[in-house]
Amino acid sequence: MDWITFAEFSLIGLFSGGLLALVALGFVLIYKGTRAINFAMGEFMMLGAYLVYTGHSWLKMPLWLSVVFGLVGISCVAVLVERFVLRPLAGQPVVSVLMVTIGLGAFLHGTVDAVWGGQNLEMPQLLSRKPLIWGDVMVPGAVFWSFWVALAVIAGLSLYFRYSRTGIAMRAAASDPITAYALGIDVRHTQQLTWIFAGCVGAVAGTIVASISSLSPALSGTALGVLAVVILGGLDSVAGAIIAGLLVGWLESIAVGYFGGKARDLVPYVVVLAILMVRPYGLLGTRDIERL
Amino acid sequence: MRIGDFRASYAHDESLLITRVQRSWMIGFVGLLLIFPWVGGSYFTYLACLTGIHVIAAMGLNIVTGFAGQISLGHAAFMGVGCYTVAFLDKWGIPFYVCLPLAGVASALIGVVVGMPSLRIKGLYLAVATLAAQFILMFVFREWDPVTGGVRGVNIAPAQLWGWVINTDRDIYYVIMACAGLMLLGARNLLRTHVGRSFIAIRDKDISAEVLGIDLFQGKLMAFALGSFYAGVAGGLMGYFYRAITPEHFTFTLSIFYLAAIIVGGLGTVLGTILGAAFMTLVPEVLRSIVTLLTVWAPNAMELLSPMREMVFGALIIAFLIFEPHGLVEMWRRIRRFFHLWPFKT
Repeated sequence: MDWITFAEFSLIGLFSGGLLALVALGFVLIYKGTRAINFAMGEFMMLGAYLVYTGHSWLKMPLWLSVVFGLVGISCVAVLVERFVLRPLAGQPVVSVLMVTIGLGAFLHGTVDAVWGGQNLEMPQLLSRKPLIWGDVMVPGAVFWSFWVALAVIAGLSLYFRYSRTGIAMRAAASDPITAYALGIDVRHTQQLTWIFAGCVGAVAGTIVASISSLSPALSGTALGVLAVVILGGLDSVAGAIIAGLLVGWLESIAVGYFGGKARDLVPYVVVLAILMVRPYGLLGTRDIERL
Repeated sequence: MRIGDFRASYAHDESLLITRVQRSWMIGFVGLLLIFPWVGGSYFTYLACLTGIHVIAAMGLNIVTGFAGQISLGHAAFMGVGCYTVAFLDKWGIPFYVCLPLAGVASALIGVVVGMPSLRIKGLYLAVATLAAQFILMFVFREWDPVTGGVRGVNIAPAQLWGWVINTDRDIYYVIMACAGLMLLGARNLLRTHVGRSFIAIRDKDISAEVLGIDLFQGKLMAFALGSFYAGVAGGLMGYFYRAITPEHFTFTLSIFYLAAIIVGGLGTVLGTILGAAFMTLVPEVLRSIVTLLTVWAPNAMELLSPMREMVFGALIIAFLIFEPHGLVEMWRRIRRFFHLWPFKT
């Protein structure tokens, strides 16, 4: 592989890493807010994309309105899920919370399959497909623009958490729920908001992924690979998710360049195992200290 | 109402079935299992075989997750290891009663390797590590052509026992049931040894367990080894049962299926494993017959079968976790208590 191909694969990898970081952010938000890994993240992505598709193709909305429709729809689902599925299980063992999100995933997957059917659907085109060419290096347009959309969403959310009142309350509730309660923060409310945000982040990511390739229930499978990003960055670190997203995106792309397309199935999981053996709390995650 | 539950001798206290009523129920149940393939018809024999395999595999997962508290999302991959071991040994004409334990041993070795991270990480992190193992092993199954036959899969010759060729469902039924019986008995007794008790201590609080002098290294790896051994044997039986195996038999979905089975049945109990695995195997079949009935009114209801199966699967997991977290075994106990205490109220 000469250096031009290397540069091309690297750039494609880095740009597609933006989307990985966005999905990873969805995992991190929920982990920080509720100490659960949301295995239904892929189904949230898929459902969001299907809602946008419905708005555009069935209800004949303009594109921006159908995106808003998708976000509102996914927020409603997130609220219902938080209220009726996750909240009754607060304080239950890890395996219960883990299983309930898996069950939720299966349920949503089946629902989508029943309502929209299993076939591939054509998403409205969101991002320009025109490839960008710098000298000998070519980057697909959709990948390039998806990176900037992801970055914008992540930046917006970070600013929100940094400066808005609600955002600060959410961070307080995430870092120490009991103290937050004592200080008069409605932790249930912030947890609900966490789910809404994570749902919306997932919906945006899902919509972009679907518009780059195509829309089918198989879309939900993409989220499991993102666990590599989440673990590498640290389960509770937003900055870690971004760095790890770019890193894993680059690594995947390079691996595909060297070893062919099959490597894409393998790389994330090898990364996961390597990280967990060497540095289980990830690059920037908090190290758990256990007391009896 | 049951009275006079006296245990007058050590032998009596240690026996698995305490009362005469329990013993007679058990004898009746075993008798029913023995004659089942002759009265149940081929479809139900097939289902019973499948249930038997699922019970063995779910028992393995229950040892890892229910007894020892280590979450494993890669159980199906361990079954795959067992199954491909059988396929590999089978080519050399090794008899099945040697193949099956070897399948378990091979699977246990892989299980120990996968369980290694459990020494450093636990809970969700371990779940993700085993998930990674599942996908990596799936990749191996798909790509390692000489042994696994790649995506096309491998064929396994029917098992033979001293000239008796086990090639019908009815024949393999007895093999499966014998294995299931042995392995369940093993699991039931495991709980009463120091190994099983140390698993439970590790589950409840591993640091405390270590303070009490339990070797965590040994305990956790032992749990993974035993659990994978069960999975390996179940995988081997699955190989002899289907006789044509592709990697698609051991997907992540199957791992989830087993977790769901032990949660629905009851974590950390042998009876729960049986109930859960049987329940989860039969639900899709019941669903199928309901949908088949519906086709009378809605001719294309069959198209909805697979999404509905998924929805029911997910809804069952959620409903059990929220409303009956101790699973079917708790329901069973409640019914039993009602009859024991009758005519008094529980």
